[in-house]
Amino acid sequence: MIAPPKPELVTVNIDGREIAVPKGTNIIEAARMVSVDVPHYCYHPKLTVVGNCRMCLVEMGLPAVDPATKAPIMDPATGKQKINWMPRPTIGCATNASPGLHIRTTSPMVKECREGVMEFLLINHPLDCPICDQAGECKLQEQATGYGRGYSRFIEQKNVKPKRTLLGPRVVLDDERCVLCSRCIRFCKEVAKDDVLGFIDRGSYSTLTAYPGKKLENNYSLNTVDICPVGALTSTDFRFKMRVWFLKQTNSIDTESSVGANTVVWSREGVIYRLTPRRNDAVNDTWMADSGRLLYKQVRTDDRLATVQVNGAESGRDIAVNAASERFKQGGVAIVGSGRSSVEEQFLAKKLAAALKAPAYLVSRVGKGDNLLISADRNPNVRGALVTGLIQTLPSAHLTELAASIDAGRIKTVVSLGEDLTAAGLSAAQLAKVSVIYLGTHANPTSAAAKIVFPGLTVFEKNGTFVNQQFRLQKFHKAVPGFTGAIDDLTVLAKLVAAASSSGTAVASEINALWTSLAAEIPALGTVLFKNLPETGLLLDSTPWAGLPYAESATLHYQLAQPALATA
Amino acid sequence: MSAPSQRRLIFQHIDEPGYTNDLACYLKHGGYEVMKRAFARKPEELIDEVKKSGLRGRGGAGFPCGVKWTLVDRKSGKPIYLVVNADESEPGTFKDRYIIHQDPHQMIEGIMISCHANNVKQAYIYIRGEFPGGARILEKAIAEARAANFVGPNILGTNYSCEIYVHRGAGAYICGEETGLIESLEGKRAYPRIKPPYFPAVLGLDQCPTIVNNVETLCHVKHIVGMGGEAYSKIGTPNNTGTRILCVSGQVQRPGYYEYEVGKITMGQLLNEVCGGPLPGRTFKAVIPGGSSAKILRFGERFKGKRKVGAEMVDYDWGVEDVPMDFDSLGMIGTMGGSGGVIVMDDSVNMVEALGNINEFYAHESCGQCTPCREGSLWMKKITGRMVHGEGRSEDGALLKNVADQIAGRTICAFGEACAWPTQSFVLKFGDEFKAYPEAKKNAPADSLKLV
Repeated sequence: MIAPPKPELVTVNIDGREIAVPKGTNIIEAARMVSVDVPHYCYHPKLTVVGNCRMCLVEMGLPAVDPATKAPIMDPATGKQKINWMPRPTIGCATNASPGLHIRTTSPMVKECREGVMEFLLINHPLDCPICDQAGECKLQEQATGYGRGYSRFIEQKNVKPKRTLLGPRVVLDDERCVLCSRCIRFCKEVAKDDVLGFIDRGSYSTLTAYPGKKLENNYSLNTVDICPVGALTSTDFRFKMRVWFLKQTNSIDTESSVGANTVVWSREGVIYRLTPRRNDAVNDTWMADSGRLLYKQVRTDDRLATVQVNGAESGRDIAVNAASERFKQGGVAIVGSGRSSVEEQFLAKKLAAALKAPAYLVSRVGKGDNLLISADRNPNVRGALVTGLIQTLPSAHLTELAASIDAGRIKTVVSLGEDLTAAGLSAAQLAKVSVIYLGTHANPTSAAAKIVFPGLTVFEKNGTFVNQQFRLQKFHKAVPGFTGAIDDLTVLAKLVAAASSSGTAVASEINALWTSLAAEIPALGTVLFKNLPETGLLLDSTPWAGLPYAESATLHYQLAQPALATA
Repeated sequence: MSAPSQRRLIFQHIDEPGYTNDLACYLKHGGYEVMKRAFARKPEELIDEVKKSGLRGRGGAGFPCGVKWTLVDRKSGKPIYLVVNADESEPGTFKDRYIIHQDPHQMIEGIMISCHANNVKQAYIYIRGEFPGGARILEKAIAEARAANFVGPNILGTNYSCEIYVHRGAGAYICGEETGLIESLEGKRAYPRIKPPYFPAVLGLDQCPTIVNNVETLCHVKHIVGMGGEAYSKIGTPNNTGTRILCVSGQVQRPGYYEYEVGKITMGQLLNEVCGGPLPGRTFKAVIPGGSSAKILRFGERFKGKRKVGAEMVDYDWGVEDVPMDFDSLGMIGTMGGSGGVIVMDDSVNMVEALGNINEFYAHESCGQCTPCREGSLWMKKITGRMVHGEGRSEDGALLKNVADQIAGRTICAFGEACAWPTQSFVLKFGDEFKAYPEAKKNAPADSLKLV
């Protein structure tokens, strides 16, 4: 890992507290570092600065210098350099830290500015919080409470604007709630590169809309809902489903591709209501694709596997493990691991393969990358299989070698970790020749043909880690309880490993216990443990696997030629 | 003291019988001679002449033109653009219109001299959409000048080439704000830019250094180069050099345009002598000295303080009539010279209704980009609108003032001040009228004039 260049630091003074910040940091970010809140609507750290909401007005002063000699002018009262305070307030978002810059965020002038802007923003706002989905996470609510006057002097008619405009298939717009901050417009233009939103009309009648004949339907449209500071943009999927203050937040990882966008799972009483992106400046900034937000729907579907099965009959876990153990004793076992499995599951799969001296395979899923947050490799964790040593070379989409081995009669049992073998190129005839032991979440032709089935957990129901395309180790947490009847794959795998090994000693399946042996046996992981792995992940040394023909092309924060540099 | 006579520099030929806006007539009157001489001189010398002249921008802010030109980033390697602000939209102002309609070649000569001085290869005239006739006249004049080799490639046989393009606005007041104008010229909504970092002199049109000057200002450049900056600086008063066109409208006997040396004429002389005083049987009540966004002056109020005359500070004690019509004096008494649009109101005018009219304009013209101006201007309009429709409350005056105070100084561009200043000054100076208006409105006789 190459350390980033040290930024040039400048010292600024915010409400009397000095802090050194990188040159070019704006006042909002600098204030954040000293835990001072500078309220704002239009400013977003990942978008261009437009300075239109005027909520972040602060008082600014610069050290006084003699105009002729440039010598500092000292204040005899304090013995420090005198500060020339500007008579007019300035916006924090467009003011960058410069040496000696002084900022006041609590002065009467600033207080009055904020009260004024809050009042202006609310006079034409419908104040329909009781029926608004944004309530509870609304900047207008928060800042009206924090910085508003608390009463209204407005007795005129409010402006009337369109309600419930469908901007696209996933986003609904209520123009009356809109504060015209233009975040969504800038996001579409600058990040999604799909410039479909804009304002029409003028002044207070300005109205957000999509260009005639166009829709906000790109695969990143729901990010506009996330960054909308008010309830103007809402998600058709989440709208009117649940009050946000009832929801529990659990950190997770988007599994739709090897980008590994950081996410938050919002759930209540075991039911997931939505997925939103979690900021990680080295991976996904504050964005994620719409497609990834729908993945929670796979948790509760009719085709979830809910029972352990042996030879088509409902059975118990230990009976099934014993049945598998019997098959292992006959030899000729092959393991089909998965790029969707966690690092821990792949580690145990590798142990199983080693104990059985079985060949291990992986199935690749390659699609088209969108150069933003969906990469060509649609498996979230192929790199994990490399790191754990489950595979040495990159997988292909078809298990041709395995098929040949089956045809040649060398393989009698196939353990599949959630992979549908028919989709991976095995014919029904080939499947019929072998006994399949299937560990998976959903029913498919392979689970139907399997002799032994262990129902597993989705990513939302378990703990684990993935290694993304940058070789960044990232962890996800259990958000909701496991589906009734399903068993953690780690438990099953640990029992299978114990059954397969000659000594028969128990193998840890609890994640923290497992990580002690993981860290010990895999040098690339160093001293990291699950519990001390940062929520934004840890970049692993990728040199042992450099030069492999990876499927990905460049995405946000990832360049092909120098993957390590891209994240530095 | 009787009023001095007019000094017509810019308006020398305006409304002159027989003077037409074609090239032949302009040449007959010595046109493009200054430009020919200017092209023989070094650009730096021309900039120095403008600096020496002390010329201040005639668009409204009165920023020194020479300083504006020196702020231009000439090291970037990017082209420098000149944009002529012909978006004359400040209510009460109608000077540029006359130049464009009757003497377009004077303006083109001024533009070409300024382009040469600043090494500009492309100039744009941004003319407001409501001037379709003016745009056609300019197009024709530019074509004539191009045919005569005053504009276009290899001007006057030199290896200097420069084009002028006419760009028509679409009817928004905010396009007169220079960064809004640039955005509009780039084909976008005229949202003024935040400064810093987008100062036109560094990051203007297409992110290139850009000079934005008013039509009248550029015409002055022609005369400065013609007579020399030194000589020009002797016209007018110190720091307020040259002549200035005052557009008088409203309730006076002879409204119209008048060109005077800056600061040599007082408000009283202008209104009472030059414009013939109030209409029969009326008295002056108030005057807005620099376009509708300037703060209003109430006849009868006194302004006291100290001012610099030469090297000394002297006391002054002025009534509205005594104020010299220059940038500094008007600034001293809390208003501004602005665009030179003098709007006169006599005792027949109700100030609440007058403010209602102004607020209507600014609410309609706010671009809607930043919160205070967008919401505040419409709110003020709604309040004054409610008052004139008989729903006023005695506390509305104070509320209006407070709303205006929440706008000025907190917006992206100067429109915030432009829409707040009328309200602030009207309520401050005619507070009694605002307080009494709701009652007076209720008790108005049934046959009183209806508001339109």
